[in-house]
Amino acid sequence: MNIIILLLVTIFSYLSFLYGRSRIRKITSTQSIKINALPNYYGYYLALWCALPALIILLFWSIFEPAIIKYLISQTLIQNDLNYSSEQLNLLYQKIRSLYEGNFSGTLTEEIKIGVKNYENLQTIAQNSKIVLLLSTFIAAISYGIFRISKNNKARHDVEKILTGLLFVCSLVAILTTMGIIFSLLFESLKFFSAINIFDFLFGMNWSPQRAFVSDASAITALEYENLKGAFGSVPLFAGTAFIALIAMLVAVPIGLFSGIYMAEYASSKVRKYSKPIIEILAGIPTVVYGFFAALTVGPFFRELGEKLNLEVSSESALAAGLVMGVMIIPYVSSLSDDVINAVPQSLRDGSYAIGATKSETIKNVVIPAALPGIVGSVLLAVSRAIGETMIVVMAAGLAANLTINPLESTTTITTQIVMLLIGDQEFDSPKTQSAFALGLTLFFATLILNYIALRFVKKYREKYE
Amino acid sequence: MNKEQRLKKRHNAEKRFKLYGLTSILLAIFFVIFLLNAIFSKGSGAFLKTTIDVEVNFDADTLELSESPPLEDLENTDYYELAIDSILKVKKVNGLTEEKLLINLFSPDYEYEIRNFLLDNPKALNQTTVLKLTASDDFDQLHKGNYPRELPEERRRINNFQLNLYDELVNEGKVNKIFNSYLFTKGDSRNPELAGIGGALVGSFFTIVITLLLSFPIAIAASVYLEEFAPKNKITDFIEININNLAAVPSIVFGLLGLGILLGTFHLPRSTPLVAGITLALMTLPRIIIPCRASLKAVPPSIREGALAIGASKVQSVTHHVLPLAIPGTLSGTIIGLAQALGETAPLILIGMVAFVVDIPSIPTDPSASLPVQVYLWSEQAERGFVEKTSATIMVLLSFLITLNFIAVYLRQKFERKW
Repeated sequence: MNIIILLLVTIFSYLSFLYGRSRIRKITSTQSIKINALPNYYGYYLALWCALPALIILLFWSIFEPAIIKYLISQTLIQNDLNYSSEQLNLLYQKIRSLYEGNFSGTLTEEIKIGVKNYENLQTIAQNSKIVLLLSTFIAAISYGIFRISKNNKARHDVEKILTGLLFVCSLVAILTTMGIIFSLLFESLKFFSAINIFDFLFGMNWSPQRAFVSDASAITALEYENLKGAFGSVPLFAGTAFIALIAMLVAVPIGLFSGIYMAEYASSKVRKYSKPIIEILAGIPTVVYGFFAALTVGPFFRELGEKLNLEVSSESALAAGLVMGVMIIPYVSSLSDDVINAVPQSLRDGSYAIGATKSETIKNVVIPAALPGIVGSVLLAVSRAIGETMIVVMAAGLAANLTINPLESTTTITTQIVMLLIGDQEFDSPKTQSAFALGLTLFFATLILNYIALRFVKKYREKYE
Repeated sequence: MNKEQRLKKRHNAEKRFKLYGLTSILLAIFFVIFLLNAIFSKGSGAFLKTTIDVEVNFDADTLELSESPPLEDLENTDYYELAIDSILKVKKVNGLTEEKLLINLFSPDYEYEIRNFLLDNPKALNQTTVLKLTASDDFDQLHKGNYPRELPEERRRINNFQLNLYDELVNEGKVNKIFNSYLFTKGDSRNPELAGIGGALVGSFFTIVITLLLSFPIAIAASVYLEEFAPKNKITDFIEININNLAAVPSIVFGLLGLGILLGTFHLPRSTPLVAGITLALMTLPRIIIPCRASLKAVPPSIREGALAIGASKVQSVTHHVLPLAIPGTLSGTIIGLAQALGETAPLILIGMVAFVVDIPSIPTDPSASLPVQVYLWSEQAERGFVEKTSATIMVLLSFLITLNFIAVYLRQKFERKW
């Protein structure tokens, strides 16, 4: 349906473009007046009047129609039986929808049948009123457009104004995305925090959401509540995330930094030309590939090595996940620090050489201290990548939330738990699902803060030398 | 310590420092080679499959067909008897148990393979043909040398009887390796030898096309607005900060956004390329806007001033002059952004693309897998054959990414202008 409307809108817009153009030509040829813009602009002007209102109506209609129909259906359901809780209503509505769409499973009750009839009626009404509304807007808009053209308006000016407005709307998508992220995370998290105390979540030492089985979300018993309270302590997840990120940074920072230094200070242009793209391959490999590599090659390798050394190494050790994550992050550290070191003014180096320092002494005592804020910034950006990284830890790190600092044991991370809580079919209104959004919210803010600090460092550094 | 010693020490320190740097670079390059080698050496086997020659006599009577049956009949008749008969003729075996063991040499799809052959060559009816039927996963792995046949019998899924059958068949030259077309044409399956990435390829294709169609125009429009038209005020500052932040938000958060808003609020269909495409478009948008703005910024002001000087409006100067000059530069940034989106897994898992989908999707609202998700799904499987399949999928994925990146580099070099 919507596709047909879109097609019609496109065709009509093109026709109105042609009409607008010929119309203004006719006016100028008969009245011999000077027009205010090229004829094409009158065509564009009319085409915009044809397409824009229709598209806006279509957009809002698609957004609000389901919600309104749901509300109306729920009202009729409530009229029949006042005792429905909102969850039951939701469930009933879902059933009605799935029956309407033809993939219903379960027992058919009389109520659902009536509901579907209602739903069908409402759909037809909505369909018809949408078409009427679109048609009347189209007629009104196009007549206004034609009226304006015959007045010989400033078509180019108007078209450009609308175009600029559209560009502005497109740039708002970034804000809308951020708002969408915050709202979707916050909305579910607030529901979660209404069931579980936020302090229990942030400072609890025990994470075992599988215990959080609630038979009926609206009536939680005292025992269930106690269980819930103790099930969502996320400290082990924070610790695990930080621990794996730390291992990753222990790999990535030395290797990345030294590569960056070598690339910027020592390497001949030929070495640079070939080695830089090769290292950057590491950044282009999808993380799921690293995860597969970690789970299949690195993890078992460490376990076998441990067996030889009489050490107990979990096959999902934090070490394997951290190591592979570190390899993934090397290029971020190396290319950023390469850029940062290159930006240090040559005069500083020359000064150091002039008083007899060797190259390495210059680097250690002059270049690195000068580039430090930039390096810190790039390392922080790398940390934020490490804690947000998902696939490596999902595939190679463990699932059980151990509070440990032994790299040979398995730990779990925030991202792993989000995936595990949301994988497969999940019921939407359970604390288990909502806790994933709460974890997402913490992750979002943690990376946001890290990025903010990192960018401040980098910015300050830039200001110093530019 | 005298002067010479001190100098020597300092020069040694210099050498050591340089060595650290060199070692780091070599280490990083070693990781690249090691990683790619580990994947490629495991995955190359999956492009071949093991087949066993079986003589099939397409007798019209056994198939309960008339002499020149319509295609429908060919499709609907029962091939099971014929398949079992033909397989049992491969080797002489006694008793039901041995028969079953012999049949287990073949992949469970033998019936359909025989049917499909006849459907493709209806003339083969009433003739005897040698077909290459797919071997089951264990024998496929055995033939490729990945199966530990030294293990004691009770720890193997292949028993000694089957091993003997296999060896005899090999000696008769009936076991062959041919190109594995299933890998590219079939959807997912529980049997490794029948599983393919056809569905994932189509799913990834739909996803990436939707991502491109949504993100590229919006990114160009947003960059043009911010670079050319935006007044310097709080709103545009806020937009800029937002874009920079979004570029660094972990991808899994976009998955939560897709789950909460696209599936939760708008009730778009789960597990579909449509939702995946929209989610990835939102994720890719800031990553494209940043290089787009850089390439717009690189167009010198003299171009704009020239246009304005001969009476063009601001919009005309942008659409007629600045944008055409900047577009080639924006293309390479867009392609790199798309390559990242193509390899993205976590958000797709959250919007339910991990469902077990056998059918190959035909429209973007069909449930489907995508290449990286297929890697994840198969990596969780225990069967030996899936390890090979996973690596092969990675090879296909990487070859797409490499191609995209080469195109980006080529475009950049071709259209790079020094003003």
